[in-house]
Amino acid sequence: MTAVAGPATPYDVAVVGGGPAGLAAATTALAVGLRVVLVERATALGGQYWRQPAPSSGAGRLRFGELHDLHHGLDTFTRLCNRVLEGERAGRLRLLLRTQVWTAVRTEGLVVLSTAGTGAGASAGEVRARRVVIATGAHDVALPFPGWELPGVMTIGGLQALLKGSGVVAGQRVVLGGSGPFLLPVAVGLARRGATVLGVHEAASPQRWARHLPAVGRNPGRLAEGVAYAAELARYRIRVHPRSMIVQAEGADEVEAVTVQRLDARGHLVPHATRRISADTVGIGWGFAPVIDLAVTLGCAVAAGPDGRLVVTTDARQQTSVPEVLVAGETSGVGGAALALAEGELAGYAARDGLAGPLTPTPAAGPGSLRRRSTVGRRRDAQRAFASALHAVHPVPAAWSQALTGPTLLCRCEEVPVSAVRAVIARGVDGARPVRQLTRVGMGWCQGRTCEAACALLVAEAAGPSAAPPPPFERLVAQPVSLGLLAALDDRHDDDPPADEPFLDDVGRV
Amino acid sequence: MTSSFDFDGRPVRYRPGQTVGAALVADGTRSWSRSGRTRRPMGLFCGIGVCFECLLTVDGVPDVRACLAPAHEAVAVHSQDGPPSRHPSHPSPTADELAEGAP
Ligand SMILES: Cc1cc2nc3c(=O)[nH]c(=O)nc-3n(C[C@H](O)[C@H](O)[C@H](O)COP(=O)(O)OP(=O)(O)OC[C@H]3O[C@@H](n4cnc5c(N)ncnc54)[C@H](O)[C@@H]3O)c2cc1C
Ligand code: FES
Repeated sequence: MTAVAGPATPYDVAVVGGGPAGLAAATTALAVGLRVVLVERATALGGQYWRQPAPSSGAGRLRFGELHDLHHGLDTFTRLCNRVLEGERAGRLRLLLRTQVWTAVRTEGLVVLSTAGTGAGASAGEVRARRVVIATGAHDVALPFPGWELPGVMTIGGLQALLKGSGVVAGQRVVLGGSGPFLLPVAVGLARRGATVLGVHEAASPQRWARHLPAVGRNPGRLAEGVAYAAELARYRIRVHPRSMIVQAEGADEVEAVTVQRLDARGHLVPHATRRISADTVGIGWGFAPVIDLAVTLGCAVAAGPDGRLVVTTDARQQTSVPEVLVAGETSGVGGAALALAEGELAGYAARDGLAGPLTPTPAAGPGSLRRRSTVGRRRDAQRAFASALHAVHPVPAAWSQALTGPTLLCRCEEVPVSAVRAVIARGVDGARPVRQLTRVGMGWCQGRTCEAACALLVAEAAGPSAAPPPPFERLVAQPVSLGLLAALDDRHDDDPPADEPFLDDVGRV
Repeated sequence: MTSSFDFDGRPVRYRPGQTVGAALVADGTRSWSRSGRTRRPMGLFCGIGVCFECLLTVDGVPDVRACLAPAHEAVAVHSQDGPPSRHPSHPSPTADELAEGAP
């Protein structure tokens, strides 16, 4: 058996991201005989979907098992983790946890990933591979409204991350708003852990699903999930208010109340149809924005996905426009964990194709057989059809910008008000990039990750419906690194993990 | 349930496996930093390391994201009065300034 490549020999495949997509890609690549390195920023595998506490010891430590009921498909997660472990033991896979890829280049047919440890004593390194699978997931889209900067207002993904990763309920009286089915598990999770969910304000109207029944029919699992959530929402007496939106949060030093308002059939605010609710916690989510930085840096073509947000363009095998680069999961379009798993598996096979030519068809239904690939391909296509329907049912309504006031902060980092951005757009500037240069929107710590969606929507609103989507904010550095670390870079090819931690400690008990 | 870390001179209890940010929220602390210009209070927003609203100082290292840092017995955590490594050298223009002419 070949040992994992040392620093001088490139790996066959580097997988960036240890969520559902990355885990599926890495374990598939292993199964078809490739040597793999899996790089994950977090302290443990799982990504957003299977997020788990940091491995730890000590009295009263948080155990993964305690959070069991907040998760789905843990048997799949355990199976994937066990395969990673086996690969490590056999010397065919290297797992770099707490390691972030902050930039990447192509050179001489290889992809060179610049990595840095996260946390104290971070060290820089390089990982070289013949193929890379980028599976860096997504982050919440939070659109601004007056008062959204108050402590106690969080993204719904953030509320979920606190629950799944730390077992912490962010507050006791919670109002959720935005659009999309992800509002439901968050409401149920919070209620299960003792919070009172005062209402879920869903901007879309569910009747729209009637137009997308074929996509639902192809995904009975999703339908069953929806029915289960409906039952549990009823049990906790949580009301879902369709065509309703959070338009304001108020409070002195943290949120104390929110105002919600009804929307008409066209997605506009209904005048005076408001209600003020006393609450200590507000969760907002308008879907997810794919994390495409590394693919953009490597030169991969991008295009607007069905929700209008930019995704990395792929062919049916998850191959991008750059031969060495594959993408999987939310990076190639937001659509949930089942889609991410299917895409990860296909990317694993495609990595092998790129290195060894198309696989010879085998009669067996083993990994990489034509039969297996077409089964997974069909699953991926069905999930993608469902995702497209979902984006059509849950668009961002026109009302989102009607709720804005001049002083509302559009960019939280640089504290740029909506009025400043509107003033620049009114002067005839078109495109998010000049708006950025003129107002410093997106130039702060988060590099526009929080305000990019709102900025693009304001520009698009002014440009009219037929205009092309604005190009993405460019970020040379996908993850922040310290200047000290950059200064200390030398040309060693050092891929040692920054620290060794037993990541499967708790999963073993699942 | 005896683990705690020091936050601005007082003990904050946590369960090993939690992040510093989660432990602070569970402790009832919502904000531990202030923004650079308007000094607005900041705490957790995205919860996953994207927004940089949750910065604090851990063991003397500033600008640590509370939502990513695992809580440890040994850490000493301090709130931050604004992100010191980013005090804006180029303040954002106001709407009035922009309306009047090129910045
Ligand atoms: C905050 C949040 C919470 C969510 N919670 C749920 C939920 O509870 N249920 C649900 O159905 N869906 C949830 N989702 C939706 C979720 O994105 C998908 O369903 C699913 O997790 C997608 O899988 P993925 O593998 O594509 O991405 P992810 O699961 O997001 O995995 C991506 C991984 O890449 C890592 N990564 C990213 N960039 C780098 C880098 N530069 N270097 C190294 N590592 C990197 C991340 O740490 C992460 O582990 C959530 C999304 C978000 C943003
Ligand atoms: S809460 Fe967003 S970075 Fe920590």
